[in-house]
Amino acid sequence: MTLDERLENVAVVGAAGKMGSGIAVLLAQEMAKLKLKSENRDRIYRLNLIDISERGLDGLRAYLRAQLTRVAEKSIVLLRSLYQDRKDLIENAEIINAFVVDATSFVNFTTDLNTVRDAHLVFEAIVEDERVKIKLFKKMKKLCSPDTFFLTNTSSIPIGYLDEQAGLEGRLIGYHFYNPPVIQRLVEVIHSKRTVSELKEIGAELGKRLRKKLVPANDISGFIGNGHFMRDGLFAISEVDRLKAQFRFPGAVYIMNRITQDFLLRPMGIFQLIDYVGIDIFQCILKVMRTHLDDKSLRSSLINKMVKLNVKGGQNPDGSQKDGFLKYEKNRPVGIFSLRRKDYFIIKDDWKKKIDQKLGPLPDGFMPWKALLTSPKKEEQLRRHFEALKKMDTLGAQLALRFLKKTREIGEKLVDDGVANSAQDVNDVLTNGFYWLYGPINDYV
Amino acid sequence: MPFLRKKVFACAGYYTVSLGTGRKEFHPKKPRPGIEHYIKEAGLGSINQINNPENIDEGIIGNFVAERFCKQGNLGGFFPMVHETFLYKPCMRVEGACDSGGLALVTAIKTILADVADVVLCIGVEVQNTVKAVYGADYLAAADWFSGERKKGHAYYFPDQFSQRAGACFEKYGHERIREGMSHWYVNMIENARKNPKAQEYHNTNPDLYATAMTPPNPRVFCEHINVFDCSKVSDGGAALIFASEEGLKKIGVDRKDAVEVVSYAQVQYDLTKPPPDLTEFTTCKIAAQRAYERAGIGPSDLGVLEVHDCFTIAGLLAIEAAGFAGPGEGADFVKEGKTRLDGEIPTNTSGGLIGYGHPTGASGVRQAVDVVNQLLGRAGDFQVKIDSRRPYGMLSSMGGNDKTVVAMIFRRVE
Repeated sequence: MTLDERLENVAVVGAAGKMGSGIAVLLAQEMAKLKLKSENRDRIYRLNLIDISERGLDGLRAYLRAQLTRVAEKSIVLLRSLYQDRKDLIENAEIINAFVVDATSFVNFTTDLNTVRDAHLVFEAIVEDERVKIKLFKKMKKLCSPDTFFLTNTSSIPIGYLDEQAGLEGRLIGYHFYNPPVIQRLVEVIHSKRTVSELKEIGAELGKRLRKKLVPANDISGFIGNGHFMRDGLFAISEVDRLKAQFRFPGAVYIMNRITQDFLLRPMGIFQLIDYVGIDIFQCILKVMRTHLDDKSLRSSLINKMVKLNVKGGQNPDGSQKDGFLKYEKNRPVGIFSLRRKDYFIIKDDWKKKIDQKLGPLPDGFMPWKALLTSPKKEEQLRRHFEALKKMDTLGAQLALRFLKKTREIGEKLVDDGVANSAQDVNDVLTNGFYWLYGPINDYV
Repeated sequence: MPFLRKKVFACAGYYTVSLGTGRKEFHPKKPRPGIEHYIKEAGLGSINQINNPENIDEGIIGNFVAERFCKQGNLGGFFPMVHETFLYKPCMRVEGACDSGGLALVTAIKTILADVADVVLCIGVEVQNTVKAVYGADYLAAADWFSGERKKGHAYYFPDQFSQRAGACFEKYGHERIREGMSHWYVNMIENARKNPKAQEYHNTNPDLYATAMTPPNPRVFCEHINVFDCSKVSDGGAALIFASEEGLKKIGVDRKDAVEVVSYAQVQYDLTKPPPDLTEFTTCKIAAQRAYERAGIGPSDLGVLEVHDCFTIAGLLAIEAAGFAGPGEGADFVKEGKTRLDGEIPTNTSGGLIGYGHPTGASGVRQAVDVVNQLLGRAGDFQVKIDSRRPYGMLSSMGGNDKTVVAMIFRRVE
């Protein structure tokens, strides 16, 4: 079966979640474009968006409509040609509306897993819990035809393990989108030893069709993305442990967040990122990796404590950040969780100033991440920034360089351990999936 | 016998900031002033420069398409809001696509020539940031023959019309030559706008404008031969200018030396249902300029300042040719040689033009007149050019649609 044929009937399970809803938008637009081709006029398309939550599905309906409108607005040049035979559609607004109607007309929003039955491609994006996932795959195996292909969005559970436990016989591939899937270009693709070659080809072609950057990762728990992020986060936590005697816990969290964001020129600080992902999810991925890799170092008592206190971070339905290690107003950190007080310590200007003074200044000519992102001289400016840090004898520079070195070690180990095929793949994941300006494996330090 | 059967003067010009992307105070998601605000600000800006606003007899409001951008018609109804003494005085709105402002100027002058008014307040206005560009493109497409042309047209209808003109010029005169000319036009306009605090590009700090202007087009999301920097802005803004007879100037307490004289104008209309006769020239603009020169008894070399309708960079080049400053295809060289710059042979669009100041469509013709008048009066501020006493004339050319509706108008400093 070709990809075009498979795209006639597709299911997303866990469709109302953050990842599932984004995958749903990508699929709906791709399927609509197929449907609009004159040769496909007689074909019936069906996109089954399945979730256990009715409320979630209501939200998904609104999200899908809003996102498809945005997609249509951006691809209006193409859409005008696709609708050129429709004499009744003249203005852009009419064409955009028609596309949204067309792209939602074949969507079936449901809580009934049985609708997965006729799907040729099934995207799984449910909770990152291997027992739940295995149970679901077992059910779907029974419901679906023996040539159905499954794509899981797991970011940590080995694909071969899931396949074996559910008895999918090579019909499963890891297809790990990054959050939010509509915007992030990266998809980590993981084949298990069993994955059939036809599915490998379908995955590669689909990636091209969705204009995603596909980076292969080997079937080792955590893959490249979490393989790096978890260890990076744990290192930051260990630095906080080291610094908290001098700066207290909130001060140490502030420092490491600022070092990673400003000194290392990342889009957000490491603790803001952990909050964005969700502290509970961070904990859950650590557990998966600890189990499958049999590596006891992948553990953090701080993370466990936070989850136990029900401080979990994550995102609101509108994408804004929920409070975690940091407290947010308009997505900007305004406070830091104090373990002692079990409440947020509000960042005050003089407190910040005092700590910033101890860290020392940023290098001359400092440009923040956002400005560098679009700078034509980015490479040169990055090099100058890190060269300057090396010449500065400040606490900030020392912490930054220590972090930069550690981050590189983590990346290199992913290559040594065979998780990534090359340093380039590691760098591609961090630059495309995490919006870093530079890969962790570099010669800056 | 002069073209105008009595003397008509223009004075007390004013225009608002051109609000839209590029301005620091602009935020697409925050509430913004509505169309009535711009009518009032522009009107007040003008009448605050005269002594007796109560002696203004009539109002004319030029606007293209408020019915769609703002869901607002009957714009004449905002005239009494500008000043309390305007209540129960006549006002009407005129429309001619992006030349609405030009038609408003002409209508104001005709009202004085008709001897039914001595003083007319002429306002141009447009508010366009109410919708995304992808939707606004359709509202603006009304400037062409909608039922005949829109369906087969591009998503960005007018940008594509001018992209086709650019493509035709590339083919006829050489890609590099014309492309470079277009880019130099962009640089020229942004540099002028940086001297004009009301320009949409006033805050532009791009260190390499020319490189930006040379950005390759991306036909997948926009047009084949032009990029977004070749386009004028999506803008909210208003402009106002007072026209008066000799008697009228006295009535509003304006000295003749604070006014300029309208020497001639030409209003030229092409058939909306027909394609342009030649994609590589502005035929209608050319005829308008020729008639305006003829009626004034002057030629291009008598002009000290020029305003053209550069809705796109290619339009800037073609307008220079239509105004008689360069032969076919030579507009690009003329601009590249710096002859349109503030210190050049014929300073053009000194406040930034439609590319740099912005293009609140219905206001543009009036805004152009205000700039010509201010230059001739020596009141253009940081972008004032030296007006040689041997070349005391200034001309504007305002265009609606794809060279369909054109007004050319010539002013002269009062000695």
